[in-house]
Amino acid sequence: MTVVRESLIKNSKKEKLLDNENIRALLLFLLSLGIFLLFWEMGAKLKLFSKGMPTASLTIKELWYWVTHPFYKNGPNDMGIGWNLLISLRRVAIGYTLASLIAVPLGILVGISKVAFKAFNPYFQLLKPVSPLAWLPLGLYIFRDSELTGIFIITIASIWPTLTNTAFGVANVDSSYLNVSKTLGASRWRTIFRVIIPAALPNIISGLRISMGISWLVIVAAEMLLGTGLGYFIWNEWNNLYIPNILVAIFIIGIVGIILDQIFAYLEKLVSFGKS
Amino acid sequence: MSSSYLSKKSTVTIDRVNDTQISLRHISKIFPGRKGWLNKITGQASSDFVAIEDINLDIEHNTFVSIIGPSGCGKSTLLDIIAGLSTATAGEVLINGQVVDKPGPDRGMVFQNYALMPWMTVQGNIKFAVETVFPKMPAKQQQRVIKENIQLVGLTGAENKHPHELSGGMRQRVGIARALAINPQILLMDEPFGALDALTRGFLQDEIERIWEQQRKTAIMITHSIEEALLLSDRIVMMTKGPAARIDEVLEVPFPRPRDRTTVESHPDYLKLKQEMEDHLYRETRAVEAARIG
Repeated sequence: MTVVRESLIKNSKKEKLLDNENIRALLLFLLSLGIFLLFWEMGAKLKLFSKGMPTASLTIKELWYWVTHPFYKNGPNDMGIGWNLLISLRRVAIGYTLASLIAVPLGILVGISKVAFKAFNPYFQLLKPVSPLAWLPLGLYIFRDSELTGIFIITIASIWPTLTNTAFGVANVDSSYLNVSKTLGASRWRTIFRVIIPAALPNIISGLRISMGISWLVIVAAEMLLGTGLGYFIWNEWNNLYIPNILVAIFIIGIVGIILDQIFAYLEKLVSFGKS
Repeated sequence: MSSSYLSKKSTVTIDRVNDTQISLRHISKIFPGRKGWLNKITGQASSDFVAIEDINLDIEHNTFVSIIGPSGCGKSTLLDIIAGLSTATAGEVLINGQVVDKPGPDRGMVFQNYALMPWMTVQGNIKFAVETVFPKMPAKQQQRVIKENIQLVGLTGAENKHPHELSGGMRQRVGIARALAINPQILLMDEPFGALDALTRGFLQDEIERIWEQQRKTAIMITHSIEEALLLSDRIVMMTKGPAARIDEVLEVPFPRPRDRTTVESHPDYLKLKQEMEDHLYRETRAVEAARIG
């Protein structure tokens, strides 16, 4: 009897491990990854894909090389991927910070007045869906400098989501918070800084998160036309017609994108206070 | 109806010892409808809505007044006007003889949905109120006021918690502490226990009774609960159904203080008063339903 019971317990424990959604998801992920890599490797070896398609093993080998040799410099067309990454991050940091410094205060200003919000919203809505690359010729014409143009494009691309989200958050602060402030007789400034801005913070941060995502999307595209940076790295490898390095760069861009997004996800959680 | 504690109809100026603190004079509130050709074209035109009409009431110092009435009778509108959050279309609110038309820290407000700032801790919420109202008070004294009021509502130990970590009852305790911390002359409560379960509600009613005995601030409370009104109030204002709601009757509650649930319920007048209120609410609520159907 006891043996039966023990084996029952063991079985239930085993089931529990597999019942866990995360573990099942992880197993499925690993399985699909294995199948994908195997398919890729076999397909490339058997020349099922187009000419010049590298094998999975070669790509992983290249990835390992780039990750272990991130910082070297043999001239502008032969730099470690770490340098290129830092160049891209620097452009994003400058352009994005500039955009945020404009968008957050402007969004607050517009959001505080319902009339201003309704009056200016059409501009933001019109400019938001425009592809940032459409601004590239304009930037080159104005600045006549590739570095400045890159930063200009990032700024113009990442301004709108932060601006609209901030304005929306400020315009829609829970009226009961404002009533508390009114009944206490708080001044306009105090209400703005102690009530309205903190109440709108979750919206502001999610705007900043979307803006960061867009900046990272745009920088790669912009750099293909600018020289240096991850985008240029890809363009350069295209000119060299060396596909494995392009795949490596795509992978690294994705990983950095995840990290940047997760930073903002954490910030969002920090200001949510129980509201998800 | 001839009982001594009943006085009828809208002119309910019970001149006790002439120490009226709050005086409502002919207060009406009309929410204007959508008019004009633009609204007519879009089919959104509507007529004016008279929420309350010609409300007259005098409230003496240190009196606890409850306002009770069917849903949608403009009780909250009336309280908002007293708080200064909304302006009366006609009539005026006098506090100590002065007309008030905007909010101020002489009136502390407790909100039905607690209205705590979620990004501030328990202490932070109360501190915000104290700092706003007494900007020149030394930090040490501010700290003492905050501590005293947290103690008063029995939340010692929860000072550094955020509202989302507290139960509904605890949140409303913070709301009460915040309203009292600014030492207002008048406490305004808009269905303060409306969102709480019955048990928590009972606890907080006892708490309010205890605190009120200590401080005896003039209080105006809106409620749906007959028992709550009878336990806490000196006077109960019963309003008719809206639109154009008015004061129907004002009941004097003669129970001695300090009160507790059991002594109040065994008072000889308790059942009579309760019956009176039930009849009133029943009648008005039926009228609301009849108006909906007709």
